[in-house]
Amino acid sequence: MRGIRKEFPGVVANDDVSFDVRRGEVHALLGENGAGKSTLMNILYGLSSPDAGEIRLRGKPVSFGSASDAIDAGVGMVHQHFMLIPVMTVAENVVLGTEPVKDGVLLDEAAAEKKVADMAKTFKFAVEPAALVQDIGVGQQQRVEIMKALYRNAEILILDEPTAVLTPQEASDLFEILRRLQREGISIVFISHKLNEVLEIADRITVLRRGKTIETVPRQGATEESLARAMVGREVLLRVEKPPAEQGDVLLSVEDLHVRDDRGIEKVRGLSFQVHAGEILGIAGVDGNGQTELIEALTGLRRAESGRIEVGGLELHHASARHTLDAGLGHIPEDRQRRGLVLEFSIAENIALHDYSQPPDSKYGWLFPGRLVERATGLIQEFDVRGGGPYTRAGALSGGNQQKLVAAREIARDPKALIAAQPTRGLDVGAIEYLHRRLVTERDEGRAILLVSLELEEIFSLSDRILVIYEGEIVGEHTGAVSEEQIGFEMVGVKREVPA
Amino acid sequence: MSEPTNDQKPDLVESPEEAASSGTLAARLSLSHRAGGVVVPVLTVVLAFLLGGLVVLATGHNPLLAYRDIFDGAGLNWIFHPTTNVQSSIAAYNLTQTLLQATTLIFTGLAVAFAFRCGMFNIGGEGQYLVGLVVANWIGVSFSGMSTLPHVLFAIIAATLAGAAWAGIAGVLKATTGAHEVISTIMLNWIAIYTATWLFGAGGPLQTTAAGQSTNPVSNDIAHSAELPVIWGSKGFQGLDIGFFIAIAALVVFWALINRTTLGYEVRAVGFNPDAAAYGGINVKKNVIRAMAISGAFAGLGGAVDMLGYLYHYGALDVQNSAAGGVGFIGIAVALLGRNTAVGVFFGSLLFGGLIYGTTQGLSSNVIQPELASNLTLIIEGLVVLFIGADLLILYVWNSRKRLRPQRRAQAPAKAAA
Repeated sequence: MRGIRKEFPGVVANDDVSFDVRRGEVHALLGENGAGKSTLMNILYGLSSPDAGEIRLRGKPVSFGSASDAIDAGVGMVHQHFMLIPVMTVAENVVLGTEPVKDGVLLDEAAAEKKVADMAKTFKFAVEPAALVQDIGVGQQQRVEIMKALYRNAEILILDEPTAVLTPQEASDLFEILRRLQREGISIVFISHKLNEVLEIADRITVLRRGKTIETVPRQGATEESLARAMVGREVLLRVEKPPAEQGDVLLSVEDLHVRDDRGIEKVRGLSFQVHAGEILGIAGVDGNGQTELIEALTGLRRAESGRIEVGGLELHHASARHTLDAGLGHIPEDRQRRGLVLEFSIAENIALHDYSQPPDSKYGWLFPGRLVERATGLIQEFDVRGGGPYTRAGALSGGNQQKLVAAREIARDPKALIAAQPTRGLDVGAIEYLHRRLVTERDEGRAILLVSLELEEIFSLSDRILVIYEGEIVGEHTGAVSEEQIGFEMVGVKREVPA
Repeated sequence: MSEPTNDQKPDLVESPEEAASSGTLAARLSLSHRAGGVVVPVLTVVLAFLLGGLVVLATGHNPLLAYRDIFDGAGLNWIFHPTTNVQSSIAAYNLTQTLLQATTLIFTGLAVAFAFRCGMFNIGGEGQYLVGLVVANWIGVSFSGMSTLPHVLFAIIAATLAGAAWAGIAGVLKATTGAHEVISTIMLNWIAIYTATWLFGAGGPLQTTAAGQSTNPVSNDIAHSAELPVIWGSKGFQGLDIGFFIAIAALVVFWALINRTTLGYEVRAVGFNPDAAAYGGINVKKNVIRAMAISGAFAGLGGAVDMLGYLYHYGALDVQNSAAGGVGFIGIAVALLGRNTAVGVFFGSLLFGGLIYGTTQGLSSNVIQPELASNLTLIIEGLVVLFIGADLLILYVWNSRKRLRPQRRAQAPAKAAA
């Protein structure tokens, strides 16, 4: 692909981008959210047409009018959100559109299953062709998507952020598969914004920034720092600089908390901990060990079975979300799109989500949109929210800016204690750096910060103290030096001391 | 970060994927609203009229003549000052009837629109309107000793509250048991319809005390003190009353409630994303009940305005007729076409008001068969609902118009770079 240019109203998504893939190569396409990676790949896959530039396949210029043109030419794509039919079997999904038939009209189920089984065997996919897609895991579904592309004789496979939905184990399985495909001579375009995995899998790496090609480098010699710099356009601190904590009074205290989930299963079982002013307490754990229920109980979104919660010395007994907010608890929720923001609301309206019913936002139930906008304008600047003004719909912002918006709202309320749940999930390095620095700043301002994260690295780089949660109980507490390995063991319930 | 600083985002952001995945009904509607702006509603109407015209053509008549007659039948030719006095007064009369019809639709349209804004589909506008009508009739007939203003206000407020309470039942059911409002409002419709049939029917409590009504039982006329002043035309010939202005006021109230009050903020937040609303400290259940009640209040008020404005009495047969696709249901089409906004509901009501009255009055049999004429309204109404539901298709058609001009876009970069 050479000199590709694509414009959308008001923005140049690709500007003179050039990109090439060699046979049997894994070529990573790296860039922040909105850098133009997806646009470029949509052009290659025939989903949109370039305004300028040309695409050459095996030396010949081609022009794809639709995805099926691209598929015919041997280009396959695995989207971030899978395009599978859950109630059909793996084999049926794979052959969909080009089904083997018998007697002229009937789907030859046996032939389809056999073909798919053969393919699964060749590439060691470990997928059962007769299983229903809805019954298999996410990692397997992704393999079905890859098989779909291979079944259509794809020679170039585009993977759009394939690891975003996978667990670390599934991701390393995927890398195994990609290496096998590579040996078979299949070229892979690997779209990602995660530096470590790009360095692990790619042969060459092309970095995009603001719709332009910044550089194409071989893996050898590339480092996380050099790639991050190319992506963001400036030096990025991958580690947070953090002065030692100056602890103050206890601002958030939890005692013997028990919480059940929607199905009545006890997910939080007798948790007790305290967070001091000027301290970041990190809670590490594998997903689903009671973190969500803990946070919901703390923030009044779920009723706790029993136990005591205090914010700034004030006991919150079966308090509503409104009461916990008023008691001085801020909350950056783990799912900013489902919980943290009303995507259809403007930035100004989202900023007002907690305070719309109080002056100056409103008086006697009468809302003052002008004041909402005024407040939002200041916060947009202070928190460097980019991509729009106070009237811009929150859903139109990139993930990083959405999260900054949530952080702006929560911090602007001057909370005593701030709960940050997965604050940087799905964000690019620039936004992660910003949020991490901000959390440390807020800690130094004297807030008590409870950080709940599935990313061990994040826990390690930010926390002053680490608790490990396993099946709703605290199984480890660490203040000083502790290895990631030790915490990793505790996270899966193994109470083993790693020999130092 | 490489985000565009412009508010306008590339089309790709509005992918069907996002449309399909984003949660609630209101969120989806809002998505297509942004994507289409005023284009989709206008295009929808144009397409519906074109296809309706094809139907007319298929029957061997001239669609242009048919539409001209509907236009005249709705009294819209009054705007162009017909030459003779007779024509002029007929046109004026037709226009008042169109506006009367539109008045009703504004109320039932607002009822549907308000619930939509809270993420709910109120199909019970028919029942809530009927409840308002019954209560207004009962108070209008019974408290005949009162003086005009208190009597009118009493009837209007009571009917509004009755409509609110009727819809509120569905709200309470949804908030407490999770019963879907579509099912419960439909059932409440039938309860209202059969109760009203009994009330107005032979031997019913609200049947007229005058003699000779047994074959077609109707209620008593309301007292003169409860009648709304007629401002255009004469009372005896169903002139236009001030109800039209009450409807305009209701549109303003709707707009202000939604956009300028904390109540509206809560309604919209719950409608777009109940999870985020709860996280923001908003009581979602309270809002579900309150939004349904307000929705019903609009419909109930509509019933009162019609009763006090020009109906004066109601019969068991009227109830049965209205049950078969009445104003409550056309209100759905009005709200959908009007994108659940006050301005949109206003224009939607005028359109459907004009169509309904225009097809029943204006068409002469040499232009189109009369029995086909009123069905033409239903055809156009159905097509509008269909196309609004298929707005992504309409948008696709609209956008491919742009795609037909690739050369112009290829030249654009040079300009943008300059």
